[in-house]
Amino acid sequence: MKSLGTTFLRREAGIVVMIVLFCLVVGAVKPQFLTLNSLRIIFLLVPLIMIGAMGQMLVIVARHVDLSIGSILGLTAMASGMMFRFHPEIWWQLGFALSIGSGALLGLFNGLLITLFRLPAIIVTLGTLNLYRGITFIMSDAKQIDRQYVPTALKEMSQDSPIFGIPWIIFMSFGIATLTYWFSMHTRIGREVFALGSNPTAAPLRGINVSKVTLTVFTISGALSGLAGIMYASRWGFVNPSNTGNGFEFQVIAAVVIGGVSINGGLGTALGTVLGVLLLGCVAAALPLLGIPGTTQNAIYGAVILVALLIDRLVRKQGQRQNVARAAA
Amino acid sequence: MTNPETALLSARGISKQFAGIEVLSDVDLDLMPGEIHALVGENGAGKSTFAKILAGVYRPTRGSLSLNDQHVDITSPIVAQKLGVTLIHQEPISFPDLSVAENLVLGRLNSAPLARIPWQKITRDAQALMALLGVSIDVTKPMRGLSIADQQMVEIARSLASNSRLIIMDEPTAPLTPKEVATLFVIARRLRDEGRTIIFISHRLEEVRALCDRVTVFRDGHKVATERTANLSDSDIIRLMIGRPLKEYMHKQGSIIGEVALKLTNLTLPGKFHDISLAVKKGEIVGLGGLVGAGRTDVAQAIFGIAPAASGAIEVNGKLVKINSPTDAIAHGLAFVPEDRAQSGIFRTLAVEQNITAAIAKRIAPAMFISRFLERRFAQDSVAKLRIRLASLRQPIGELSGGNQQKAILARWLLTDPSILILDEPTRGIDIGVKAEFYDMIGELAAGGRAILLISSELPELLALCDRVLVMSEGRLTADIPRREATQELIMQAAVPRSTHQGVAA
Repeated sequence: MKSLGTTFLRREAGIVVMIVLFCLVVGAVKPQFLTLNSLRIIFLLVPLIMIGAMGQMLVIVARHVDLSIGSILGLTAMASGMMFRFHPEIWWQLGFALSIGSGALLGLFNGLLITLFRLPAIIVTLGTLNLYRGITFIMSDAKQIDRQYVPTALKEMSQDSPIFGIPWIIFMSFGIATLTYWFSMHTRIGREVFALGSNPTAAPLRGINVSKVTLTVFTISGALSGLAGIMYASRWGFVNPSNTGNGFEFQVIAAVVIGGVSINGGLGTALGTVLGVLLLGCVAAALPLLGIPGTTQNAIYGAVILVALLIDRLVRKQGQRQNVARAAA
Repeated sequence: MTNPETALLSARGISKQFAGIEVLSDVDLDLMPGEIHALVGENGAGKSTFAKILAGVYRPTRGSLSLNDQHVDITSPIVAQKLGVTLIHQEPISFPDLSVAENLVLGRLNSAPLARIPWQKITRDAQALMALLGVSIDVTKPMRGLSIADQQMVEIARSLASNSRLIIMDEPTAPLTPKEVATLFVIARRLRDEGRTIIFISHRLEEVRALCDRVTVFRDGHKVATERTANLSDSDIIRLMIGRPLKEYMHKQGSIIGEVALKLTNLTLPGKFHDISLAVKKGEIVGLGGLVGAGRTDVAQAIFGIAPAASGAIEVNGKLVKINSPTDAIAHGLAFVPEDRAQSGIFRTLAVEQNITAAIAKRIAPAMFISRFLERRFAQDSVAKLRIRLASLRQPIGELSGGNQQKAILARWLLTDPSILILDEPTRGIDIGVKAEFYDMIGELAAGGRAILLISSELPELLALCDRVLVMSEGRLTADIPRREATQELIMQAAVPRSTHQGVAA
C-alpha cells in the first residue's frame, strides 16, 4: 500500500507537527510542561478516549456516527459497579466481561435499529444516548457507586504495573489501537468498512453485506465503550449515574476528526486517531497548567476541532489538485 | 468448448415497463461467443435499458434470457457477475478511497471475515491483470486519482478476474481521448479473440464501424434491425434509428420575428463546449438539437450563469452583459427551465403555489413579508392560464404528474416576465396530450415577442416548432438549418459524431 500510505502519512505527519508545535509553545511559557511528569499526566488522561475513539473511527469510516457511546460507558460502568457493590463475592475480573458484553449488546441494538429500519445513525444514537442514560438512572436508583465498593485491584490497574510502573490501562489502550489497526487494514471485513464508507451505493452492487458491516462497527463501538466503562471505574474509583461518560462522545468525535478521519467516510487510520487523541490530551493537560479555568475548556476544545477541520480541508483540496494534475498528465 | 453456432446469450421477448410506460418491447437478440456487438439508437430508444436488464440492474417485465441454452434469472448485478456478465458504466462505480488492487477483489474475497488479507498476493494478481491488459496502472494507488480511462481499465480487469463471458460497455468512449479509445479498442479485440462477447453501446458510428462485427438498432423501445456491420452504410443506420412518422398534431403559429434578443459570440468552456456563436431574435424559436452529452445543457447553464463560460461574450438586446449567476440572468430578463426538474427545478415538498411564485419573491412580498393573498392570486392566475391540473394550490408539487410539474415550473418563469426563455427538454417524460398543449404554449410565447431557445432531443419536436434548428455535436455547433430545409436526416447527420477520431479506424 505504498502510495496510499504516503497520502495518509502526510496527514499524520501534520498532526505530529501540530503536537510538537503546541508542546513547544506551552513549554516556552511553562517549562514544567516539558517534563516526564506531565507526559504521565497526558498518558493518564487519554486511555478512555483512545479506546472510544477506535470504535468511533470505524463507525465514522463507514459513514455513520455513534453519539450514544458516553451513555453506553455510563451504563456499563454502572452495571459493573452494582455487581461490585451488591455481589462483592463475585470474582472482580468478571466486571470486564460484564461491561464489554453489555456494551456490545447496546451497540448491536443501535446497529439493528439502523439496518432494520433504515434510520439515520445520528438520530438513532441521539435517541439511545438518552435512553441508555435513562436506564442507568433507573437501575441505579440514581445512586452513585462510591469508592469503597470498587475493588482495589481494579483501581490499581490505573496506577501501576510491573513494567516501568506504567499503568495497565495505558497498555490496554495502545493494545486496542494496535488491534484496530490490524482489523482495519488486514481483515476482509475491516476493508469492507472502508468500502462501504467510500461508496455506499456501490457496496451492495459489489457483493458487500452492508447490514453485516454496519452491525459489526456499531457492536465494536459499543463493546469498546463498555471497556471504557470498566476502565472509568478503575481510573476514577466511582461510578455516578449522571456524570460518568457525560460528554464522552464529544471528546471522542473531536479526537477522531482531529486524527484525520473523514466525516464523509472511507478515509482514516488507527495511527491518525491515536495522534488525534494525543493532541487532545496535550491540550487537556496544558490548560490547567496555563491557569485557564475549567469553564473555558469547552470553548478551547471547540476551537481545536474547528482548526483541525480547517487544516483537514486544506490538505484535501491540495490532494485533489494533485490528483487532477496527475489525471491530466 | 462452446459450439460457435449456438448463442452465448439469447434474449426472447424482453420487455420493460417503468410506471406503466413501456420503454422496451419484445426484444429478441442472440449474442454469439467471440463477437463485438454494437447497440445503437437515439436517446431513449431502449438500448441502455436492455443492457441493464442483461446485467441484472433491472428486471424485465416480460421475457426470458438463456445463457448457453440454459434458462437464467439475472436478479441482481451480483448474480450477473457470478454468471459471467459484467456491465461497465460510462463513469465506473468504484471505491475511490481504496486502492486499485482492493477495488479488483472486494466483494469476491470469500475468506473468513477476520482472516488476514493476503495483500502481497492480491497486489501481484492485480499487477498481472494490468500486465495482461497492457496498461501501466499502479495498483497500490487509490482509485480517486485515476483518469476515467484508467478506471474503465480497472473495471475491465475486474470482469476478467471474475472470468466474464459477456462484457457490456455502455458508451465507454464518450469521456475518452482518441488515444485512450484506440487502447480500449485493442483490448476489446483481444478479448473477442479469446472468445468473449462484448456489447458496445455508442453513438459514434465510425467507432461502431471500426470495432463491431454486428450491429443492432433500437428505436422507440423496439429492436428494428440486427445486421453485420459491413452490410449497412452510415446512412442506413441513421435511417433505421430515426425512421418514424412525423407526428401530426404539432404546428407552429406564425409570429413576427424582430430584432436580436440574445447573441452569443465564441462562448467557450473548455471540456464542455467551444466557440459557440448564435443569435435568437424576438419572436423566434431556435431549436438546439444533438445527442445527450453534446454540450447543449452546458451552453444553457453558461447563458444562465449556473456554470459561466470561460471566454466569449453574451449580448442581451444588443447590450454586452456579464452573467455570473442566475440572479444576474434573471435581472437581464432571462428564464431557464431546466431539464431535470426533479433535481434542479422543483422544491418537491413545498406547495404548488410556493413553487410557482419562487422566482418573484419581491412581488409577493412588497413589504418584506410574504403576502399570502398575492401569492395565491399569482398562483391561481398561472394555474388557470396554463391549465395546470391539481387538487389544491397547497398540494406539494411532488404529487402532481410530470407534465403538470413541468407546467408549474414554466409558470414560475413566465411570472418573471422574461424576454428570453431557455427550455431544456421541456417535454421529456410527459404524456402526448400534455405535450401538445406545451407546443401550443411555446408557440404563443413566441408570438408574444419572446425569444425562445429550445433544447430538444426529439427530432419531430424540433422540426415542428422551430424557425431554425442549430445542432451541436461534441461541444461544437455543427449545423444551422432553416425551417424550410430541416429534415430528421440532416439534423441526425450533424448530431452524430463522425470522422473525429481518425486514429481509431483500423
